[in-house]
Amino acid sequence: MTNSEDKMTWKDVEIGCIVTKPGSATITQTGDWRSRRPTYDFSKCIKCAICQTYCPEGCIHQNEKGNYVADLFYCKGCGICAKECPKKVITMIEEKE
Amino acid sequence: MAKRTGIEVSIAVSEAVKLANTDVIAAYPITPQTHIVEHLAELVAQGELNAEYIPVESEHSAMSACLGSSAAGARTFTATAGQGLELMHEVVYVASSMRLPIVMAVANRALSGPLSVWGDHSDVMSVRDTGWIQIFVENGQEAVDNTICAFRMAEDSRVLLPVMVHLDGFHLSHMVEPIMMPDQKEVDEFLPPFNYPLPLDPSKPVTMGAFAPPIVFTEAKWAQEMNLEQSKDVILEVWKKFGDKFGRYYNPVECYRCDDCETLIMTMGSFSETAMMAIDKLREEGKKIGLFRIRLWRPFPFEEVRETVKNAKAIIVLDRAISLGMGGPVASELRNALYPLEKRPKIMGFVGGLGGRDITPTDFEKIIKRGLEIAAAGSNREFEIYGVRE
Repeated sequence: MTNSEDKMTWKDVEIGCIVTKPGSATITQTGDWRSRRPTYDFSKCIKCAICQTYCPEGCIHQNEKGNYVADLFYCKGCGICAKECPKKVITMIEEKE
Repeated sequence: MAKRTGIEVSIAVSEAVKLANTDVIAAYPITPQTHIVEHLAELVAQGELNAEYIPVESEHSAMSACLGSSAAGARTFTATAGQGLELMHEVVYVASSMRLPIVMAVANRALSGPLSVWGDHSDVMSVRDTGWIQIFVENGQEAVDNTICAFRMAEDSRVLLPVMVHLDGFHLSHMVEPIMMPDQKEVDEFLPPFNYPLPLDPSKPVTMGAFAPPIVFTEAKWAQEMNLEQSKDVILEVWKKFGDKFGRYYNPVECYRCDDCETLIMTMGSFSETAMMAIDKLREEGKKIGLFRIRLWRPFPFEEVRETVKNAKAIIVLDRAISLGMGGPVASELRNALYPLEKRPKIMGFVGGLGGRDITPTDFEKIIKRGLEIAAAGSNREFEIYGVRE
């Protein structure tokens, strides 16, 4: 399959929908499935990395300040990080657009 | 040189699979298909066929193992019937959507309940929409020839689709018939080696059977439909090449004494030969009645059917399955195919021969007589059941 699935015609479909290029998951924007997104109050964060451990998408990484932040290109907005955070750093808010 | 041999049709199908140099057979025995896979197991065990025989624990596993084997680029065969086809049902769809050219013989059998091991076309009708190429055969010779053709059709790089060869359970699968068995050299010349374009290969990894989100599913399904429709050209080409080599030609729709007929009877499968006996008798009596049979069930041969019936005023269809709450499935498909015609013949649907009940030449005569009565009366009745005790 091609990278831009929304422009793909039926003639572009590989035989039997075979995926010929590895790593297609890395270019798939699962972030647009999201209806809620995480926001952070880093003043309470103890950098325990529990959010990173529990994230089913594996999309939480430390930024340059050492804080744990979800990559919104992949984050599906499940809210598990907010639920598991022992210091209530994370609040899920509605996506507006 | 090929020679004519008296042989049970199931055994002959296994011998055709052997002649095709099949690499992998994954199958589970079920009546009335058992003799096919039993004999293949013997051929592999005795070293007569150099193939991997996978004795699986169910038909669901049989078809799943076939997917893997075909995806690895191995020529793959399986066979089943009735309840077995039902148990593998979900994987049957996957084989065609993944475009894996598996060949499967189906010894057609009624579906439970009540439990029946005997033949009819209920199992066929349950897999109509699965995206496989489907061919009906009427006798042992056709079963052998079309098993060999099926591999060539399936594996053609323009097709890459699985093929079902339907043979009637017991009425055909268990008959001993004189069959011209082609010799190995002829089959080798006819059947090129199988080269799957994107096989499972660790040095060139691919993902097969991945999911498709809504943004590509419609495109994937249309690609599959286009592929199945376009496979017809290759199917015709393979039958032509087979005929040129072996002298036996096959067509999507087969006619028997159809010329100048205003009344036609339509069948599928081995009962067609019984119908021919009735046609011969009625012709001798001066009645202009012909027979046509659908050999290529999928992709459905719309053009050939319309051409065949262009002069017909009445068509009598014998369905060996009942679509409960609807009627005869083949009759209803025929109505669908003929609806765009300006001059539409009357179509009288009969459901009969269910669960192994015989339909004799005399029965066909009665069906034709009753069909013509209904046509003359101008009745719009969807279908009638034949031979039920009131």
